[in-house]
Amino acid sequence: MSTNGKPKFAMYWAASCGGCEIAVLNIHEKILDVDANFEVVFWPVAMDAKYKDVEAMEDGSILLTLFNGAIRNDENEHIAKLLRRKSKLLVAFGSCANEGCMPALANLSPMHEIIDTAFHTISTDNPEGIHPQTTYTVPEGVIHIPTMYPIVRTLDQVVPVDYYMPGCPPESHQVGAVIDLVVQVLQGKAELPPAGSVIGAGNSTVCDECKRTRDEKKIKAFKRIQEIVIDPTLCLLEQGVLCSGPATRSGCTALCPAAGSPCIGCYGPAEGVIDYGSRLLSAVASVIDSDDPDEIDQILDGIPDPAGMLYRFNMAGSLLRASKPAWLGK
Amino acid sequence: MTDQFEPVIIGFTCNWCSYRAADMAGTSRMKYPPNIRLIRLMCSGRLDPTFILKAFAGGADAVLVSGCHPGDCHYIEQNYKALRRFHLLKRVITQMGIEPQRLKLLWASAAEGAIFTNEVTKFTEEIRALGPLNWPTSGDAEKMFAVPEQMAVQEVAA
Repeated sequence: MSTNGKPKFAMYWAASCGGCEIAVLNIHEKILDVDANFEVVFWPVAMDAKYKDVEAMEDGSILLTLFNGAIRNDENEHIAKLLRRKSKLLVAFGSCANEGCMPALANLSPMHEIIDTAFHTISTDNPEGIHPQTTYTVPEGVIHIPTMYPIVRTLDQVVPVDYYMPGCPPESHQVGAVIDLVVQVLQGKAELPPAGSVIGAGNSTVCDECKRTRDEKKIKAFKRIQEIVIDPTLCLLEQGVLCSGPATRSGCTALCPAAGSPCIGCYGPAEGVIDYGSRLLSAVASVIDSDDPDEIDQILDGIPDPAGMLYRFNMAGSLLRASKPAWLGK
Repeated sequence: MTDQFEPVIIGFTCNWCSYRAADMAGTSRMKYPPNIRLIRLMCSGRLDPTFILKAFAGGADAVLVSGCHPGDCHYIEQNYKALRRFHLLKRVITQMGIEPQRLKLLWASAAEGAIFTNEVTKFTEEIRALGPLNWPTSGDAEKMFAVPEQMAVQEVAA
């Protein structure tokens, strides 16, 4: 592979949706800074490259790799380990790589149920009941597709990670700020933050950035935004809308609550939070306006899927990581 | 030595009522199974649900949450917060596939040493009958990040 002497940059997507790549491209003309300061050696969504090209590179020869996506199958794991070996700085980029995000909600279900849902429910046209095979023989030889794992993992559950950049996706202004910082480091004008740091985000909670007025929270019923007329200035949680702001890391400028939609927690656990869902659970449950066990249960019926709601982005990164049927496989 | 399963139970007690109930049981020489490991907090309202999940993830078979009776909280109403969190957490652990009876709430005043010992004895026997939880993240810290055997690669069934 030709080289122009510039530091090398790579970006990869594992189990993800592609939104992280769009967030990077959304930095607009700053993308030219990336091109001016880096040689892009591997970025499947933006350029053609083969895994064997990466395998042929010298270990540690890529300066910066932004890795987005969770570890869902053996291909994801292989590339995570490969890029770890080849990269000086490996950044867990976006919620999937940090904490599992949407793909990790599958950790609530055993693998056979996931396969059944994908191939045998009414929304799938599969009259012959065809199931994916990991290997298949064709006249030209044997072909492989990646083997799915029963449990989705975060990047740092598979390889050591240097920096964490949260968000679903990371906000473009935060991406831009991180690119600026790396460019300054290359020019010797700044120093890298300590290894293991969360970069491109705040150190507080979304509530801290939210401009809505907070008073005393007392919830008699949980409501969804389509069921009520939202007061444009009052705290959403106080209006009975389950907002994830209290547990979620700042950095997005509280975009969703500002638009009248509750925070859903995409920036992941706030500083110091060990288990995202239990922190949110603690905040939400304590403001239920009842001391009577039966009434509390009745109010809680307003949250139809508590585990999915509280760990929407954080299932793989949570303390329990997966449900028992998922890790038992039945 | 017998092969009987000895459950590990983590018990969170509050400084003002339930820990004193356990203390009362001790000074009165009442007996209860050694399976429960008590952790004293100032109040059941201090009990972050994270502690409970950490107990399960770290190998506990059951968790007891105990505090002052409703209306008796030393901090006025914090045990009601514990009650509300308990109800929501119970729903979450059920979804995670943990039998809900592995999480128990017990109100015990400082004078109720006998109630405390009876309930802990009963709870221990219930969990013994239920069997171990063995959450795969349990063990030493490094093991928590390794892929447990149950989570290792499996071929997708044809």
